[in-house]
Amino acid sequence: MAERPSSHAIASIEAVESGLAAQGYIASRQIATAVYLSQAIEKPILVEGPAGVGKTELAKAIAAWRGLKMIRLQCYEGLDEAKALYEWKYAKQLLYTQILKDKLGEVLGGAQTLHAALDQLHGFGDVFFSKEFVEPRPLLQALLAPEGCVLLIDEIDKSDAEFESLLLEILSDFQVTIPELGTIAATSAPTVILTSNSERNLGDALKRRCLHLHIGFPEQKLEERIVESRVPGISQILRRQLVAFIHDIRTLDLKKQPSVSETIDWARVLVLLQASELGHEVVKDTLNVLLKYEADIEVALPQVTSFVAKTQRQNIFG
Amino acid sequence: MQENLHRFFRAARGVGVHVSPAESIDAMRAVASVGFADRNVLRDSLLLTLAKSEDEKKALGSCFDLFFAQVEPTQPEGGGEADAGESPNAVPQSPAGAGDTASQSLGALAQMLLAQNRTEISAALANASSAAGLSDIRYFTQRGLFASRMLDLMGIQRLRDDLDALNESNPALAERLQAATEDLRTAVREAVSQALALYGREETENLRHEILRNAPLSRIEPRQVAQMRALIRQIARRLRERYSKPRKRQRRGHLDVRRTLRRNAAWGGVPFLTAWKRRHRDRPKIVALCDVSGSVARVSDFFLLLIHSLHEVVDDVRSFAFSGHLIEVSEILDSKPAEEAMADIMDKVGFGSSDYGSSLVDFEKEFMASVTPQTTVIVLGDARSNNLDPRAEILKRIAERAKRVVWLNPEGRMTWGWGDSEMPRYQTFCNVVRQCATAQQLERAVSDIVATYR
Repeated sequence: MAERPSSHAIASIEAVESGLAAQGYIASRQIATAVYLSQAIEKPILVEGPAGVGKTELAKAIAAWRGLKMIRLQCYEGLDEAKALYEWKYAKQLLYTQILKDKLGEVLGGAQTLHAALDQLHGFGDVFFSKEFVEPRPLLQALLAPEGCVLLIDEIDKSDAEFESLLLEILSDFQVTIPELGTIAATSAPTVILTSNSERNLGDALKRRCLHLHIGFPEQKLEERIVESRVPGISQILRRQLVAFIHDIRTLDLKKQPSVSETIDWARVLVLLQASELGHEVVKDTLNVLLKYEADIEVALPQVTSFVAKTQRQNIFG
Repeated sequence: MQENLHRFFRAARGVGVHVSPAESIDAMRAVASVGFADRNVLRDSLLLTLAKSEDEKKALGSCFDLFFAQVEPTQPEGGGEADAGESPNAVPQSPAGAGDTASQSLGALAQMLLAQNRTEISAALANASSAAGLSDIRYFTQRGLFASRMLDLMGIQRLRDDLDALNESNPALAERLQAATEDLRTAVREAVSQALALYGREETENLRHEILRNAPLSRIEPRQVAQMRALIRQIARRLRERYSKPRKRQRRGHLDVRRTLRRNAAWGGVPFLTAWKRRHRDRPKIVALCDVSGSVARVSDFFLLLIHSLHEVVDDVRSFAFSGHLIEVSEILDSKPAEEAMADIMDKVGFGSSDYGSSLVDFEKEFMASVTPQTTVIVLGDARSNNLDPRAEILKRIAERAKRVVWLNPEGRMTWGWGDSEMPRYQTFCNVVRQCATAQQLERAVSDIVATYR
C-alpha cells in the first residue's frame, strides 16, 4: 500500500486522549486507541453503540482537535451515488452548449465532410465531461480536500445495502472511479468515521475494511468526568449523585435506556433549577428529561425514592 | 512474536471470530504501531482490528486472556538461556543432599525435575508442545494422544527407567522423583486442556451440533435441551436471513403495453416511460396448528420455538395450539419472548390427552375464515387421537380452501397407522407429509414452506 505523507502524525494514545479532552470529549482508552490506530494504519473507524453515547460527537471532536474540516454525510434509505458521491451539472452543461454553439460552428466550419467534423470534435476531448462540470457531493468533497478532513458517514445502517458496496472502494483505497474522468485518489487520506445504531447487520466486506469500535454506556467514573467537562457549573456532590442515579436507572428494564446525552441534558436542567443535591421531588419533576417513553417513566417512578436514598447514602460514605 | 500472533489468530478462529488474511495483516500493522509494552492497549488493538461485533469482541476478549495467560514459548526459551548460566550450578546443588553419585547417571529430564528449575521445566514443556504440534488439537478425544506424545518427546521413557533404577538404589530420591513426575504429568495435561480450549473449540462445537441436529427431538436428554434451543434459534436466524430480506423486484420481463400507453398518454402515446409486467408474488400466509398434548410434549416444545421464530420471518402467521381443544396463540407468541410464551401456552392447553377431532371442530367453528387460497396450513403432530373420531372431513374442507396443507409428524413412517394413529386418514388430504423428528428435518421442512412463496 502506498504511503501517503500524513500532514501531522499523532504521537501516542495519550496524545489522543488529551487532545480530545481539550475539545470537551472525554474518551475512554478504547476510543483513544481506535483513533490512534486509524491514523497509524489509515483505516476508517466503524462506531457502533446505542443512541446518544457520543458517536457523532467523536467525529466532531476529532475535527476540532486536529483543525480539519468536517464533512458529514447523513445516510437514509434511498441515498444514492448522485447524492453521496458526485453529479453532473446538467444545467450548466446545457447552458454551455447553447453559449458555445456559435463557437462550435466556427471551429467546425472548416471541415468539409461529416467525418472531418467528427475528427475535429474528437480532438477537443470531452469538453463537457470534465472536472468543471462535476458537482462533488460529500464523499468526493472529502477526497478532494487538500489537507485532509474528517469524513463522518452517519447512521450507515439506515442506508441500503447497495450504498454500502459503493463505499467499499473509498474506504479501502481512499479513491473513487468516475467513468468519464477516471480514478480520483485522495490527496491526503481523510479520517473516516462511520456510525451505526445496529438497525441492520452491515456486510462483512464493509466491516472488514474498518476498525470496529463499540461504544457502550461509560463507567461511573468516566461519566462523571464527561458531565464535569460538559456542564461546568455543576457541584461535585450533585454530579456524583446524578451519575450514580442514572447508573441505577440503567439497571431497570426500560424501552430506551438513558444515555450520555440524556445525562448531560439532565445535568443542565438540574443546574438551571439550581438544585444542589438530588431530591425526590426534583427527580420526579424532571424524569421526563431522562426517559422518553411514558411506559418507562411508569416503571422508574416507584424506584425513584429508593435510588435517591441510595445515592445519598453512598455520598455520605464515599 | 509474529509466530505468537499467528497462533493467536488461529485461536481466534477457534472461538468463532472470522479472521481473514487481510484482517490479520491489519492486526499485525496495528500491533506494530502500538507495540507490546502495554497489555491492555494490545488487547484493545486486537479487538478493534479483528472483532466485528459485540459478541465477537466478548469471545475474542476471553480468548485473549486465555491465550496470554499461558506461558509463551519464545519467552521461556530466552529466559532459559539466561538461566543457563545458573542452572549448571543449581543442578549439582540440590541433589547433593540426596547423593551425588546417583544423580550423575540420571537422564536429562530426571535431573531437571529433581532440580525443580521452574523456568527450565516450562521451557521444556513449551518446546515439547510445539514439537508435538499441540496447536493442531481439534477434538476433546485427542487429549490423551497429545499428552502422551508430549511426554514421549520430553523423554518419559528414560525417566521411567531412571525411576526403576532409583527404586533399587535410592528410595528417598525415587520418591521425590515420583512426586515430581506426577506434577509433570499434571502440567502436561493442563497444557493440553488449555490448548484444546484455545484451538479446538470450533471443531468440537461443530461435531456436537452435527450430532444434535440429527438426534430425535423426542429423545433429547435434559442437559441437551438448552443446547437444542440454541440450535433451533440458530436455524430460525438462518431462515430469517434467507427469507426476510426484501429482495429488489427484478425489472426484467415483458412490456406491459397497456400500462405503457396509458402512462405516456401525455406525449401522444410516444413511449418515453416504459412499464413492465411484474410477476405477482404471493405474500406468505401461514396457519400453524401445533399439537401440545402429552404424547408429543417433548417435541412440541421445539415446534413452538420454531413457530415463534416463524412469527419473526413471516408477517402473516396465525398459530393455534391444541390438545383436547384448540386455542389461538398468535398473540402470546407475538408479544412475549420465546421461553415465556411457551410456558404460557403449555399452561393453557398443554399436556392433555389429544383429541384431533374436537380440535378440528374448534378450528372450523371459529377460525376457518383465516384460511384463504394463499394460506399454507401446517399441522405439527403425531395424529394420535386416542381412538376418538378423527373428523378427517374437516381437514378435507380446510385443504379445499387452502393453498397447501403440510403435515409434519415427529413419528417415523413405519408407525403411521398403528395403534391410535390416524395418519393414513389425514394423509389423503395433505399436499405434503413429512416425518419431522430431528432439528435438521424441521429446518428443511420449514425452509421448504417459506421457499414456496418466493
